[in-house]
Amino acid sequence: MSDPVLSVKDLKTHFFTRAGVVKAVDGVSFDLAEGEIMGLVGESGSGKTVTGFSLLGLVDAPGRIVSGSVRLKGTELTALTDSELRSRRGHDISMIFQDPIATLNPMLTIGQQMRMAIDAHERLSARAAESRAAELLTQVGIPSAKERLRAYPHEFSGGMRQRVAIAIALLHRPAVIVADEPTTALDVSIQAQILFQMRDLARETGTAMVWISHDLAVVSSLASKLAVMYAGRIVEQGPTATLLRDPRHPYTAGLIASLPAMAAPGTPLTQIPGTTPSLLSLPAGCPFAPRCDRATDLCKADPDMTHQDNRGWRCFHPVTRTAEVPA
Amino acid sequence: MLGFIIQRFLQAVVVMAVMSVIVFCGVYAIGNPIDIVIPPEATQEIREAAIRRLGLDLPLYKQYFIFMGNLLQGDLGRSFVYNVPVLELIGGRLPATLELVLISVISATVLGVSLGVYAGYRPESWISKTIMGVSVLGFSVPSFWVGLILILFFAVNLGWLPAGGRGETVEIWGVAWSFPTLDGLSHIVLPAVNLALFKLAMMIRLARAGTREIMLTDTIKFARAAGISEGTILRRHLLKLISIPILTVFGLELGSTLAFAVVTETIFSWPGVGKLIIDSIGVLDRPVMVAYLILVAFLFVTINFVIDLVFALIDPRVRQGATS
Repeated sequence: MSDPVLSVKDLKTHFFTRAGVVKAVDGVSFDLAEGEIMGLVGESGSGKTVTGFSLLGLVDAPGRIVSGSVRLKGTELTALTDSELRSRRGHDISMIFQDPIATLNPMLTIGQQMRMAIDAHERLSARAAESRAAELLTQVGIPSAKERLRAYPHEFSGGMRQRVAIAIALLHRPAVIVADEPTTALDVSIQAQILFQMRDLARETGTAMVWISHDLAVVSSLASKLAVMYAGRIVEQGPTATLLRDPRHPYTAGLIASLPAMAAPGTPLTQIPGTTPSLLSLPAGCPFAPRCDRATDLCKADPDMTHQDNRGWRCFHPVTRTAEVPA
Repeated sequence: MLGFIIQRFLQAVVVMAVMSVIVFCGVYAIGNPIDIVIPPEATQEIREAAIRRLGLDLPLYKQYFIFMGNLLQGDLGRSFVYNVPVLELIGGRLPATLELVLISVISATVLGVSLGVYAGYRPESWISKTIMGVSVLGFSVPSFWVGLILILFFAVNLGWLPAGGRGETVEIWGVAWSFPTLDGLSHIVLPAVNLALFKLAMMIRLARAGTREIMLTDTIKFARAAGISEGTILRRHLLKLISIPILTVFGLELGSTLAFAVVTETIFSWPGVGKLIIDSIGVLDRPVMVAYLILVAFLFVTINFVIDLVFALIDPRVRQGATS
């Protein structure tokens, strides 16, 4: 296998609040190859969005990256100065967000906003910048792009706005795009369109993606591999198909069992008991143990990542296929 | 856009018409000016002649229509006291107020927004905390006291700046202005600072609150994720996004300061309209009061009209709402 474009090792991002230290991201590691899409799944508060912001060096105070490494195309991002990091953002790695209404500035035209993003990294003539912007809009599926450059965000539908945001993120052909639930706010039909378009774009341009979502169903149709986050850590990772068919971590198994598609029609949906623990007061040992029916005294210690083939999990009592998943 | 302008213009006309009725009736209700205009020992005949000459014998609605008819021809009547056309009287004083108020409100806005954006951008720094501390003073210390202290300190003790008056003036378009001369400018400084302090504090608070709110939004995060520099984000995104409340307050402050700069004008013996209206109320000089209040209403309506147009220019959503 070739060198990964993005390699994250033991990344820790902590927030130093008055109430104490919140370990939002506490030892996350993964590799991403060119053109690869990885789904980063977890409940609200599991640290997936903070992981995304950490990759771009955009963690707001009182949070900061305390340790670990983020290597993008061989460059260590955590060692860069603010202005060096800025010149990478949008150029080598960019990000799209959940709510396209909130991300675009309502008072500037699409063209003006795209121009700003171009100017941040390149000196282009007005004409060249316009044709680049129009080209990108066409690529993400916006018709009559040249005229639309003069339109304001409120003149677009939600799906179209998200396409504009995607076009802005793609302007400089970044190696990696972090997508933070970009389809959650959209209609289901639009959601599917955008998902498949993103997959094609990734394939065509060789852009790798970290696709953050709380919706396992959405991610699994898109990503070639999955990482499941719980309480600031990746508790299980591996190829999507393997993970869905044969989950090892009880939390992953719970997520899969709670998918509506897994329930027989008319029966109540399966739930994982309890809620995500407060990151301020994590229990010692495995953070999932209080919600886990497989927990034993062994779980008072913190499990390490167990690696096997191309997958890994963090559990002393991994689920095995024959025992958990009914045929 | 044209429809929007016409609609706003008609609204403005209605507001002005209603204002003129309220002002006219309101002023009519207070006191009888005739006792002030003629000497107490005047005979009944002189008294009645004066009443007839001033049109005070007519019923109220007739007086109003005569007044409005004259107003539409640009005639606001003559002052009972000075016996000169009211327009001349106010016109002679207005430029003084205008230059003082414009200088103070504009500089308060420019400085206040800059400081406020800084304080909102770096809320934890000690400079920001100092700015916010000073802005509390701007709110809470009474303006007349600040005026007196300014005079005491800069005019009396240090002797750097004059204590009152307009100084040397220059005629432009037949009107006397102080600001083009150095001497005139030095006379403006203290009253302008006095007027500006409260507005400065308000602009700082407004800009800071807006900045803190906007900096946390996804718009800013997305711009950062695209690699746009902080300077560009502040100039192109933030300033536009916080501009609506700032413009609103700017308009209101401009209007109210033009109308009610009385205290500062009195302390610094600045010959503006504020001082004129106080004197006129004292002697029940009805035409001056009515004309002044209508002028104030006109200023407010005009300023709001202009601000609405500016909104439509900078915010496409307002523009669209206006045309549809």
